[in-house]
Amino acid sequence: MELLISIMVGVMFATGTYLMLARNVLRFIFGLILISNAANLVIFVAGRLTAESPPLIPDGADFPAEVVANALPQALVLTAIVIGFGLFAFALTLVYRGYQSMGTLMSDQMRLAEPREEDQ
Amino acid sequence: MSWLLAAPLVIPFATAVLAFLFRNGPEGRWISVIGSAALLVASGLLMQAVLAEGVVAGQMGNWPAPFGITLVADLLSAVMVVITGITGLAVAIYALADIEERLEKLGYHALFQVLLAGVCGAFLTGDLFNLYVWFEVMLIASFGLLILGGRRQQLDGGIKYVTINLVSTILFLGGIGLLYGKTGTLNLADLHLAVQEVDNQGLLTVVAVMFMVAFGVKAAVFPLFFWLPASYHTPSVAVSAIFAGLLTKVGVYALIRMFTLVFTGDVDYTHTILLWIAGFTMITGVLGAAAMNDFRRILSFHIVSQIGYMILGLALYTPLAIVGAVFYLVHHIIVKANLFLVAGVARRIAGSTELSAIGGLYKTAPVLGLLFLIPAFSLAGFPPLSGFWAKYILVKASLDLEMWIIAAVALVVGLLTIYSMTKIWGSAFWKPHPAGMEPKLGSLTTRDRTALILPIASLAVLTCIIGLYPEPFVQFAERAAEQLLNPTDYVATVLGTQAGAAEGLAYLEGGS
Repeated sequence: MELLISIMVGVMFATGTYLMLARNVLRFIFGLILISNAANLVIFVAGRLTAESPPLIPDGADFPAEVVANALPQALVLTAIVIGFGLFAFALTLVYRGYQSMGTLMSDQMRLAEPREEDQ
Repeated sequence: MSWLLAAPLVIPFATAVLAFLFRNGPEGRWISVIGSAALLVASGLLMQAVLAEGVVAGQMGNWPAPFGITLVADLLSAVMVVITGITGLAVAIYALADIEERLEKLGYHALFQVLLAGVCGAFLTGDLFNLYVWFEVMLIASFGLLILGGRRQQLDGGIKYVTINLVSTILFLGGIGLLYGKTGTLNLADLHLAVQEVDNQGLLTVVAVMFMVAFGVKAAVFPLFFWLPASYHTPSVAVSAIFAGLLTKVGVYALIRMFTLVFTGDVDYTHTILLWIAGFTMITGVLGAAAMNDFRRILSFHIVSQIGYMILGLALYTPLAIVGAVFYLVHHIIVKANLFLVAGVARRIAGSTELSAIGGLYKTAPVLGLLFLIPAFSLAGFPPLSGFWAKYILVKASLDLEMWIIAAVALVVGLLTIYSMTKIWGSAFWKPHPAGMEPKLGSLTTRDRTALILPIASLAVLTCIIGLYPEPFVQFAERAAEQLLNPTDYVATVLGTQAGAAEGLAYLEGGS
């Protein structure tokens, strides 16, 4: 199971990187979203996968009786998803505003802050 | 001790909430100034405690380390928080005159305070994932500040800044995942012990390089710095000053922390990479600055070249070199923020930051000329200003190791720094104003003039003090470097003594 998800993470990273090579900023952001989810899965797999054993402690006992799923990476991933969601919502809005005011999504043509020498 | 550690985080957050509530009136900006002053006081108290006790650590929510989130301050963290307080207060006062009402109503002061909280959090946390969270707090606040007002130029710079920083964030997150997979812990002090027991050290080096790239983007090192000169000259002056002073330095701090505390297994490999990075960062930064013709854009490229010096200190990895890196970090934040503030005043009275469009400042505003020269010469490394000692220590450290080339690079880059500083001096100060204008400080209202000049003058005085009485500062840096290179104190304070740790474990297992 770990191996399978690891391979999937690799595929997601590769696809995301491919998308990020585009000059179109929107494609870049889509690639970034894909990679960010891949990174979340890395944390998830790094905590090792234990199927069908929720980390619950039976009534009266002080610690779980058998091996249970690792709850920490799940908490980390949850935090990372929430943060990532906020950041990407912001990034997409920014790109949209940029498109509205600059009229382009091509990173080559975004030269307002750093104008080419001959345009100055 | 907990409250001492938590205060530099709680104060800016509380100030942010208040400043946001009062954003429509003039109260908001004064709340921001008072909050920043309170942060400076809190950081001073923390520094006092750290000087007395060595390392101060606190477990949030009383979960024993390494299970809970640890806040910890050693000398490096403490001095970074103090310097954050100083820069924060200086910029908050400057913002009284610099930030338009329109931006205040959009919540400038609240974002500014959240940024300070994020920066302090990153300096004080003792947990890797928590560091990630503080980075994000800082990042989202900086996104907001950068594009506040929404001019087209800002949006353009903002897109580059946001996208490249997001890439770094994801690499950081991936690195955390892999490191956790190898060691099973995220507490920095615990990691220090855990990485030594990992059987496959090669994999750790791979993870180390991931962190190097992630923090390298934040610190703006070669070849990952292009977002910085693309964006730092676009927002308001107060914003670019706080960015220039603090943000990249958080990346440098994280590099220093990780590569002295956790990734010390393969120093030959990792620190050699850092050495090459340092050399190229210094050279490309200073050459980029030489090619620019805008006050703030020249300064932006100089941030990059100066980062190279700090990385050099880390890369050489001798006690003296780390002393140099710490000293450089402190000196640079003050000087760099100050130069951006001066650029702002120049724009205010002469009308632009484009060097071809301004001039005559020396003749009509000689005070500003003096206030520019102090940080500019300090940046270039003129004795007896603070930059001289910082560069001197680093060059001496590389000569001690007989690394002639990197020492030569450091010296030549210092010379080239003078070149672009004289370019600014020649165009902005000496040559007559092209439009025949006579830029005077007197053209500002008294209130504006005080708010603009007071922080610049205070920071300049601080630069002179560090330059003229470097000894206590160097001694301090020596103690900080000693702690960094020998983190037993740090680890023992965070994890508690052996008995303490065992007790904590028994407490958890026993559930009593």
